[in-house]
Amino acid sequence: MKYALFLGCNIPARVQQYETSARLVLGRLGIAIEDVKEFNCCGYPLRNSDFKTSVLFSARNLALAEKLGLNMITLCKCCYGSLKMAEHHMKEDSLLRDEINEILAKENLEYKGNFEIKHFLSVLYSDIGINTLKEKITMRFKDIKIATHYGCHALRPSNIMQFDNPVSPVIFDRLVELTGAKSIDWALKLECCGAPLLGINDDLSMNLTKNKLTDGKQSGADYLCTACPWCHLQFDSVQKMMIEQQRINSHLPAILFPQLLGLTMGIDKETLGINMNQTDLIELKSEK
Amino acid sequence: MLFTVLLYISLFVFLLGLSYKVSTWFLRKIGIASKNFTTSERISAAVKGMIGVIFSHKILILVKAFILDVILQRRILKEDFLRWFMHMLMFTGFIMLLLMHAFDSFITASFFEEYYSTVNPFLFLRNFFGIMVLTGLIIAVYRRFILKVPRLKTSPMDCYAIIILGVIMISGILLEGMKITSYTEFQNMVENYSDLDNEEEILTLEKLWVKDFGLISPNIKGKIDPDIISLSKELHNMHCADCHSSTKWAVIGYPVARFLKPIALTLDQLGSVNIFWYIHFLACFIGLAYLPFSKMFHLIASPVSILANAVMDKDKSHPANIATRQAMELDACTHCGTCSLTCSVAVAFDKTGNLNILPSEKLVFLKTCASGKNLKKNELKAIQEGIYLCTNCDRCTMVCPVGINLRELWFNVREDLIQKGNSTPLVLSPFSFYRGLNQQELDSNNYSDSINIIQDAIANKCELMKNPDEVISLTPVNKEFKAKVDSASRAITTYSYCFSCQNCSTVCPVVGNYENPQEALGLLPHQIMRSVGLGLKDLAFGSKMLWNCATCYQCQEHCPQGVKVTDILYELKNLAIKETFNNSMETKK
Repeated sequence: MKYALFLGCNIPARVQQYETSARLVLGRLGIAIEDVKEFNCCGYPLRNSDFKTSVLFSARNLALAEKLGLNMITLCKCCYGSLKMAEHHMKEDSLLRDEINEILAKENLEYKGNFEIKHFLSVLYSDIGINTLKEKITMRFKDIKIATHYGCHALRPSNIMQFDNPVSPVIFDRLVELTGAKSIDWALKLECCGAPLLGINDDLSMNLTKNKLTDGKQSGADYLCTACPWCHLQFDSVQKMMIEQQRINSHLPAILFPQLLGLTMGIDKETLGINMNQTDLIELKSEK
Repeated sequence: MLFTVLLYISLFVFLLGLSYKVSTWFLRKIGIASKNFTTSERISAAVKGMIGVIFSHKILILVKAFILDVILQRRILKEDFLRWFMHMLMFTGFIMLLLMHAFDSFITASFFEEYYSTVNPFLFLRNFFGIMVLTGLIIAVYRRFILKVPRLKTSPMDCYAIIILGVIMISGILLEGMKITSYTEFQNMVENYSDLDNEEEILTLEKLWVKDFGLISPNIKGKIDPDIISLSKELHNMHCADCHSSTKWAVIGYPVARFLKPIALTLDQLGSVNIFWYIHFLACFIGLAYLPFSKMFHLIASPVSILANAVMDKDKSHPANIATRQAMELDACTHCGTCSLTCSVAVAFDKTGNLNILPSEKLVFLKTCASGKNLKKNELKAIQEGIYLCTNCDRCTMVCPVGINLRELWFNVREDLIQKGNSTPLVLSPFSFYRGLNQQELDSNNYSDSINIIQDAIANKCELMKNPDEVISLTPVNKEFKAKVDSASRAITTYSYCFSCQNCSTVCPVVGNYENPQEALGLLPHQIMRSVGLGLKDLAFGSKMLWNCATCYQCQEHCPQGVKVTDILYELKNLAIKETFNNSMETKK
């Protein structure tokens, strides 16, 4: 299996450990990756000001992947959401498609729509499958409890995203349980991390984050697991800032899913970039 | 005499320009980083910093950066082989010509006692380096004007650099070609450098030079008797060969000489050697004098930038040095366009045509701005958009061949613009995330101003929001608004299915965050849906709810009527921004 890897903007600049660990894990699972230097921003931040430009951004990426004849894998839930949203509109709205394709034609690109966009978690769960994953896992965690954070833009609107059941999703929890950890139930599991509002209304943004962290902690979680750079930055760097600003006093460390999975595959912490996470993860250990 | 005077004048202008340029590195204030430092503080910090690097292990990093990034230009090679090849040809050729040929009396002659510009290897090397520069120039012209590298913009500065280098090279090559053919030149050489005074002997020597070395002589016509050539060779070996290699070693000058053959005599009579000598030297002098003010200044500034960035670090370096480095980096930019080629949001330029979105052009703007030019209103609007429309993906910083730390530059300049009371509707989007993430580095007093300015500008256009007690008239329906909304997208028309069950507002985490949500947010999602249905533009656009929407899609997912609530909020944001800012950008405080 080969995918065009769509990294987006946050990961290479601020969450490199996500890229490193995801590449390692995918490599162990026999997934080949094609890097496309020409990919640009997915268009997510532009949607507030200009919908068409945001679709153009996504469509250009889609057309680039399509030209290579590869399905696309994203690590970011917001990129996933934007790309899927653009795909939906490009398929449904022929006027928009023509308009966008006309701009793309200047670069000899065209979006036709004969390929798939998948999030990292879906690739693990559906394309690789639980059984193959089990074979590759050599160590398992004991007695740790994980709160899975699904991320809004992959789940909803569910008719377009087709990621998982929007009300009671399971993919992420099943993947986490493969590692031996227990995936806990918590009330705010499907809520927003707060990242979309950071820089616009920090109090609100951090309150949303605080609510989630507090709920996760109270529900017994030892760690919060993410699979999106925005969510991760919010639960990692922003949580650290919130502690410094005394907005929150308890602490729920965040870990990226490929880091968690990588540990159970016997990849060491250093390689997985665990020390690049801002919140303390020192005690996390897997056993044979 | 004229030569010496001109040389010293141009050298003087060059040195004056150089000191002026270097002084601007310590004088100019770019972005917020430079706010709190005086020039003397910056100079002393720079001196301390440099001494600190030279006498520490960092000197090794410096040496490594010098070899790999300055001499071998690894950063260009990583991005584009053709460009690296082009630049290496020009860079190596130009530097070698400068050292070996232009400064021959200072450098080459002091290293090689036997130096004559007419003997090998110097004769050959001069031509060889010339070919290198010329080939590089041809590739440069090809890339800019024929291949048309995407988003590579050509400014007058770029053209000037190509033209001056072109004139220097072509005049030099023509000069050499003409000298080879010139009879006058031959006569002068014989007179000055050989002991020959017998006319018969000179004519014999001439024959060899005509036959083998490209000389065009008015005395020799028709076939040369092969018997006499052996005698010529003897004379040549006795009188010329010691300090003159065969002109055929002038691998470009000689073919030019052969090409000029039919007109060589006329050219010689017109004194063309002299003319081209002046053109060549004047071009060199102009190039030298203008160098500090032209793109060619990157010869000096770019290596400084590469070396400074190799040993500097935002967290450890003295902030005054960061301010100085940022001023210097503006000179280091060669306008090569690599950043714009890799820029994550450059597609927006393809659509809107706002040049300031491209990092390479933003830098051009900063240069003009730093030199104290005042901006027109529409220029300011364009630059605000350009500077904010950035995902901070760092790709420009990673690829910049001269190592400019664009990441920090953008951050500081953006913040400077914002703190001066300028804003753009883009502050109300996830483009603000990076600023939020780095808020601890920013002045908390006016941190939110830029956001409030825009929110207020939008709200101020919504009269109804200001008078909550006013009785709302439902007729006549604002048809213009309804038509605009309905044509925005298919998603938005689903507002008409809303029966105000309030599910959307109930599941909304933002609404849930406030004890009195209406006070904090204005209208709630279900009320906004109804406002759109009733054509109440002010109510639809004026709520803070719009800009505080987390876009989590809970409302849309849970609507029993299939109203695309989040998508509608998005559309309303788009429309509100267009309505408020398209014609005026009243954001100045």
